[in-house]
Amino acid sequence: MTDMQQLYLLVPLAPLAGAIIAGFFGRTIGRAGAHWVTIIGVFASLVASWFIYQDVDGGNPYNGTVYTWASSGDLNFEIGFLIDKLTVTMMLVVTFVSLMVHIYTIGYMAHDEDNWPADSLAGRNSYQRFFAYISLFTFSMLMLVMSNNFLQLFFGWEAVGLVSYLLIGFWATRPTAIYANLKAFLVNRVGDFGFLLGIGLIVAYCGTLNYTEVFALSQKLSGTSIELISGSPWMLVSVVCICLFIGAMGKSAQFPLHVWLPDSMEGPTPISALIHAATMVTAGIFMVARMSPLFELSDAALSFVIVIGAITAFFMALIAIVQTDIKRVVAYSTLSQLGYMTTALGASAYSAAMFHLATHAFFKAVLFLGAGSVIIAMHHEQDMRRMGGLRKYMPITYLTVLIGALANAGFPPFAGFFSKDSIIEAVHLSTTSGAGFVYPLLLAGIFVGSFYSFRLVFMTFHGKERFREAPPHGQAAQGHDDYGQHSHHGPVEPHESPWVVTVPLILLAIPSVIAGWAMVGPALFGNYFGGAIFIAPEHPAIARMAEEFHGAMGMVLHGLMAPPFWLALGGAASAWYLYIVRPDLPAVIKEKSGVLARILEKKYGFDEFNEWFFAGGARLLGRGLWKGGDQTLIDGLAVNGSAKLVGWVASIVRLFQSGYIYQYAFSMIIGVFVLLTLWMNRA
Amino acid sequence: MTGLPLLSIAIWLPIVGGLLVLATGPDRNAGQARLIALIVAVAGFLVTLPLYIGFDVTTSDMQFTELLPWVPRFNIHYQLGVDGISVLFILLNSFITPLVVLAGWKVIGEKVAQYMAAFLVMSGLMNGIFAALDAVLFYVFFEASLIPMYLIIGVWGGPNRVYAAFKFFLYTVLGSLLMLVALIYLFFQSGFSFNLLDWHEVRIPLTAQIYLFLAFLVAFAVKVPMWPVHTWLPDAHVEAPTGGSVVLAAIMLKLGAYGFLRFSLPIVPDASRELAWLIIALSLTAVVYIGFVALVQADMKKLIAYSSVAHMGFVTLGFFIFNSLGVEGALVQMISHGFISGAMFLCVGVLYDRLHSRQIADYGGVVNTMPKFAALFMFFAMANTGLPATSGFVGEFMVILGAMQFDFWVAFIAATTLITSAAYTLWLYKRVVFGAVANPRVAELADIDMREFAILGLLALCVLWMGLYPFPFTEVMHASVENLLKHVAVPKF
Repeated sequence: MTDMQQLYLLVPLAPLAGAIIAGFFGRTIGRAGAHWVTIIGVFASLVASWFIYQDVDGGNPYNGTVYTWASSGDLNFEIGFLIDKLTVTMMLVVTFVSLMVHIYTIGYMAHDEDNWPADSLAGRNSYQRFFAYISLFTFSMLMLVMSNNFLQLFFGWEAVGLVSYLLIGFWATRPTAIYANLKAFLVNRVGDFGFLLGIGLIVAYCGTLNYTEVFALSQKLSGTSIELISGSPWMLVSVVCICLFIGAMGKSAQFPLHVWLPDSMEGPTPISALIHAATMVTAGIFMVARMSPLFELSDAALSFVIVIGAITAFFMALIAIVQTDIKRVVAYSTLSQLGYMTTALGASAYSAAMFHLATHAFFKAVLFLGAGSVIIAMHHEQDMRRMGGLRKYMPITYLTVLIGALANAGFPPFAGFFSKDSIIEAVHLSTTSGAGFVYPLLLAGIFVGSFYSFRLVFMTFHGKERFREAPPHGQAAQGHDDYGQHSHHGPVEPHESPWVVTVPLILLAIPSVIAGWAMVGPALFGNYFGGAIFIAPEHPAIARMAEEFHGAMGMVLHGLMAPPFWLALGGAASAWYLYIVRPDLPAVIKEKSGVLARILEKKYGFDEFNEWFFAGGARLLGRGLWKGGDQTLIDGLAVNGSAKLVGWVASIVRLFQSGYIYQYAFSMIIGVFVLLTLWMNRA
Repeated sequence: MTGLPLLSIAIWLPIVGGLLVLATGPDRNAGQARLIALIVAVAGFLVTLPLYIGFDVTTSDMQFTELLPWVPRFNIHYQLGVDGISVLFILLNSFITPLVVLAGWKVIGEKVAQYMAAFLVMSGLMNGIFAALDAVLFYVFFEASLIPMYLIIGVWGGPNRVYAAFKFFLYTVLGSLLMLVALIYLFFQSGFSFNLLDWHEVRIPLTAQIYLFLAFLVAFAVKVPMWPVHTWLPDAHVEAPTGGSVVLAAIMLKLGAYGFLRFSLPIVPDASRELAWLIIALSLTAVVYIGFVALVQADMKKLIAYSSVAHMGFVTLGFFIFNSLGVEGALVQMISHGFISGAMFLCVGVLYDRLHSRQIADYGGVVNTMPKFAALFMFFAMANTGLPATSGFVGEFMVILGAMQFDFWVAFIAATTLITSAAYTLWLYKRVVFGAVANPRVAELADIDMREFAILGLLALCVLWMGLYPFPFTEVMHASVENLLKHVAVPKF
């Protein structure tokens, strides 16, 4: 094994080792031991990723097998790595954000024992267990992005889902948490169902799981047609891509499989930042970018992708406007931003999607961790109506969140401006059918996104200090978002969080400011991703943008005159007017808008529908099949119904009850042999 | 290669050992009985290891063969041998036996010697089923292995054990009789041979093949069990003691599936192809229908029993799509199901031993009092949902890929297990383990002890190993499966 190969292995294995040590020996090594061992593991992984980045940048990509997992017929299942620019970018984002979250967790989970019932054994060592989980997550995510084949991709895909399940339900005694994690797992499984079918089709028609070999056969896939319903042939590649994208819809929470993500906020805030904002939920985006050689061959799939993305981007942003829980605002904002990335994929602007993925990882992590910092300061209060005026108590948190909000809203020259503006421009120029419907939705989404971002900033950090007031009637009853028995309803004196919390905030805020400026040229229009991303010549959006690109400065200047900037400014100004100048107005507007506000507060009714139709329907069907099928038809008619057998039952019952079981057994054996002998003689 | 008759040792060591245990007599010698049983069981596993180590993966021929005349007049032989299809089941069976002995260590307080003896004898008999190459020998082992199971359910079972044992008996007896008729027909058709390998080459008209196939189907489908002859299984599981459930799920269910591979496919290949649609339809029905039925069960053991039926649906599906992914995936699924369902029943047993209830509603918040148990149970629950890196994933994944080569919609229906298995397993886990402590009895639960930890931990290692590196398992199967598939493809009438 070469030195570089050892380094590739180190990247996922270092966090795995940390997870194993902290998970199995948590009690022995104690709290400090657990956070040190996992932080060292992730740090080693980050450093190794940096060296690998340098190496790949120097022109040394890698594609090779680690071991053969299984084989069957002509098909080999392998575990292996594909290291190219796309991979190292993800590796750096994942390990960097993960390291920040690890450090932040020291502060956030410091008093985790308060979150458990007093005598719960599950509450002991929960601190160590949390570190084990987030390191295990880092391992899984790295396996996902570094894979060179569909098997390992699926392994990582499900493994991150598992850790997400464990972490959403981390506080396992809370009913809302264990409802949310089951829901998240099941909704993700719906996506995985499609994903698995996509993989199955690829194996059935290409006979391999290896990316490179599949891509080499992609023309064959587009040349073949498949009749799922006889009489209506489809391009095979379209079916494959749509199946794969259904997987992405689950993982990256795209409409209508988005329903699990808001509820996932039941988990501790560090994992909301790491898993449900910066990394895991972007796995779907990454996967589609990785599969660009397939998606490029199917216009139908690209149209499907762009429309789903746009629906998610706009309609999820709208819900964020009416949320009062600080984490849920950020959660819906994440959904909306994931929608933007998805539209970029549909517009064949894969590099723009990846670019937004990277900048979003930074500024969304800032927003989540900032929200977490506020939540600690407010003693686990998450309702923004009970905050306000916090900026003078928590200046570092305030500034970093403000940076995050500016980036999220897409103000130049913050990172989000470059990536989001590129997406909008790419969709504008896109030839994918459906792009014309998508473009106005994305523009409108800019206004909404800026509005909810600044609504969050103003409600939390500006205006009247509301945290000393008693909770108004009715608000305390909003138990679902509440921390249950641990909620602190007395007066609080907020103060800035400790350095383990603020330092990660600052370190993440820096790239939220500069990453866009620094990366836009090479990442979007240079040949940064090299051969990792394939764009068909008939999808010219990115190429045309490159012609008009005149450096980051030029993009900012151009941006200041373009509609997205003015829409963002409008959104921020509206938030300022409604929440600073006339804080009485939102209630009036809500009153006036009636049904519309209700629809948004009900989140379009998806939860109720799913609960009624899918969960209720499945239980009803199950009971029907059990009582009607198993008990009535099979047992009732076929088994027990035969009256002649009753006598038999009785006689055997007597045998058992007499206690002479050995006689019975003996007579059975005798019976077998007698029978045998009889027919032998007859023969 | 040593000249030792390894297969005979694997069969008779547990049986003789079991009789030895029986000789310890009444319950005042229970300690002795337990110890001897454990030693015999461990030795019984160790003697099967050379079967794997010495196994030649390059050939599909029978290995470790033994041949002795038994009833010369009717050409019946004591003929043994294993190939890549059967060898792993002997190891699995012999591996599960010591765990079962350990699982009954404390709980079984009455008729200890008989209990242990029953399991040891059953283990030997089941090794005989997997090793027999003579149809009469197979039939004797096949029928005889049921007797200890009747006893285990009937004597050490729950309150409704008689009904359950009887239902089990009723289902199996009809199949056995039909199989006997089929065997006699084949005896004549093959020119008076009971050698299974001879039977594989016998030419049989298509109509006769169909009848034979149906006779075998009844016998084997009951054992698997396939929908709609599955309803004995939940009852048997509910009434059986934990050890009985483990053996039932881990090994006994595999006998029927093994029968398909040893009898139906090679002896009547044309009928198998003709009627594959029927098996595929029944298998898919099992996967979907049973998935929903499992969801609404209130009894933990019933839920897991139904889950077994759904998982075994993948096995029969894999066999009858006739490609290597399908058949090997099905074999992997059989082994994996042995580990996982065994472990799931042991987990329920751990809870039942403490609270004497199998009702989900009597639990809740177990994680607060039994965190170690909760972690292991979570692992097995995830394996049951087919999570990658556990053995539960490997077989299902391969069968779904194989099904996709066969037909998109078959794969589509099979893949719904991704959703249903997660729903019923994790909902069960949520209600039993998660949440606040539900009642004072849960509050007093003690976490698993060293013995229980050792049993579950060992199974967890197997599940993990097979999930991370199934190659050693699939490697053993290749030659035999390829040979079988080639054989099935050639018309024989």
